[in-house]
Amino acid sequence: MSDPAVTQDLVQGVGDPSEPAVPTRSNRPRSLWVDTWDILKRRPIFWISLVMLILFLLMAAFPSLFTSKDPNFATLSKGMDGPSGEAWFGYDLQGRDVFARCIYGARASIVVGVLATLLTVLLGGVAGVLGAYYARWVDSLFSRLGEMVLGVPYVLGGIIILGTIAPAQTSPNEFMIMAVVILVLAVLGWPILMRIARSAVLQAKHQDYVQAARALGAGPFRIIFKHLLPNSLAPILVYSTITVGSYIGAEATFSLLGIGLRPPVISWGIAIADHTRYIRTGAHAMLFPAVFLSLCVLTFVMLGEAVRDALDPKLR
Amino acid sequence: MTQVLSEHAAGGSHSGALLEVENLHVEFHTRAGVAKAVNGVTYSVDAGETLAVLGESGSGKSVTAQTIMGILDMPPGKITGGQIRFRGVDLLSLPEDQRRKIRGEGISMVFQDALSALNPVFPVGWQIAEMFRQHRGTSRSEAKKKAIELMDRVRIPAAKERVNDYPHQFSGGMRQRIMIAMAIALDPEILIADEPTTALDVTVQAQIMGLLSDLRRESDMGLILITHDLGVVADVADKIAVMYGGRIVEHAPVHDLYARPAHPYSKGLLESIPRVDLKGQELYAIKGMPPNLLEMPTGCAFHPRCPYRRDNCVTDVPPLYSISGTRDSACHYWREVLDDGSR
Repeated sequence: MSDPAVTQDLVQGVGDPSEPAVPTRSNRPRSLWVDTWDILKRRPIFWISLVMLILFLLMAAFPSLFTSKDPNFATLSKGMDGPSGEAWFGYDLQGRDVFARCIYGARASIVVGVLATLLTVLLGGVAGVLGAYYARWVDSLFSRLGEMVLGVPYVLGGIIILGTIAPAQTSPNEFMIMAVVILVLAVLGWPILMRIARSAVLQAKHQDYVQAARALGAGPFRIIFKHLLPNSLAPILVYSTITVGSYIGAEATFSLLGIGLRPPVISWGIAIADHTRYIRTGAHAMLFPAVFLSLCVLTFVMLGEAVRDALDPKLR
Repeated sequence: MTQVLSEHAAGGSHSGALLEVENLHVEFHTRAGVAKAVNGVTYSVDAGETLAVLGESGSGKSVTAQTIMGILDMPPGKITGGQIRFRGVDLLSLPEDQRRKIRGEGISMVFQDALSALNPVFPVGWQIAEMFRQHRGTSRSEAKKKAIELMDRVRIPAAKERVNDYPHQFSGGMRQRIMIAMAIALDPEILIADEPTTALDVTVQAQIMGLLSDLRRESDMGLILITHDLGVVADVADKIAVMYGGRIVEHAPVHDLYARPAHPYSKGLLESIPRVDLKGQELYAIKGMPPNLLEMPTGCAFHPRCPYRRDNCVTDVPPLYSISGTRDSACHYWREVLDDGSR
């Protein structure tokens, strides 16, 4: 990376063909990912979002590192007390520590965001790759199905599904509450990922190396996994990172509407929902969870955009 | 693969050449109409033999090759007739999984632009090794060792050091060598090279041609060399098939064709090669445009551009007249053309 002239030459791939083309060992193999990393590591926005991501992940994994308070311990007499030295973010309606609840809320939000994204990538990715590879009726089937799902407004779809399959009267455990929300987010979100995967694969499919692989005896399985997928990964990866952020926001929206997560799960969305009515008397109980939520969404969106910019050859 | 084929060619009764294309017809169904890309092509290649298929863009030479390989996109492509026999077995009637086994092991192919024909996200050594891993189930380390041997065989300097490099780190000529290494990895009996030197510098073209020719001799492969450049085939080819408008218009041993072409189109091609002894004169060019495949001219497809044209050329499709045991020409007036000779 030290010599720009060398890099240029390598990228362009031109050079005297009869040259004894022996690279020095310091010239490490340069792939798409090595290039991407070289660009990423020079961008402050990448490092900022990475540090924030690590913080949020630590919060989700080990909340006790950040606070020694019990998020469920309530002192009703302190209800809606403002920030103080004792409780930095003050107390909520039921006299629970807002800071502790913000910290513990990270887990539900991130688990829901990440798992829903993984499921979305799986559903949308499979549909997109199969549709693009086999074309014809397979493609039409997945595309039309996706358009039907996309035709339903996101929040409306959420209200309908969550309102029917998860009535508030029953009280399942935390895991079930989260699983239902994850499922709904993925079921409503997969078509967008399918379109991205589909267009990426369609583009890769007509490259000469896919033709060449076929000519040298590769079967469909090998072509999909060794040629199409590795060459379509970049846009899928970028979009999924951004999706984690938007799913965390969507989870909060559903929770705010009373159909997403609910106690005993601790989440930012629930905290915001519980305190919207008290915004004039005690804004802190709603404001701090909202700030955590926004920062977390921002982290994933920023990270996704940093990666997208780094993968864009036009910006090199 | 050998088993597959011997089952089909039970008794080994076939007496023809290793690969025979017979009366092949391929069409493309497009929105604008039906494009007849290949209209009755017949040629054959035997072990150790080099056939050059010559023709301009749209003459059907690449489509024929893709049909032999079985990598034609269908649709829009459609094979409407003919046979492709490999060791006497008609490939077009084989099921896909058996054809796949023949690709790479029996018949292999080198593409025009090696940069786009190599997967950009994997090291070249990995891609060559993949040939052994996928067809032979060779272990990872053994396959890599074989990849290095192959890179040596196609004369890539410092193969051991470069085995982990990516395609874009190689020059054009070196990339084409890697593509060739992949194609010959499993010792195919037939190698199809589709314009292997078109994307390369003139000096490198000769090297790659030399390499292909050496490899053919070493392993007694049949080589089909597809090109639009008469200059590159003179030294390496045994026989030559000139294609125009999806048909073979002349078929001849390479030296006969160079000495005395028997079709006005081949004659025109030869005369458009710049020559030192004709320096200062205007360079000859074949007048007019290649035929529109959607609307083929009636009669002989070459008649709108032909200096020998008579009235019956517009109406009668010329058959492939046999001139001698080894030569054919699809021109009603081949005698005249032959007698005129080349300039």
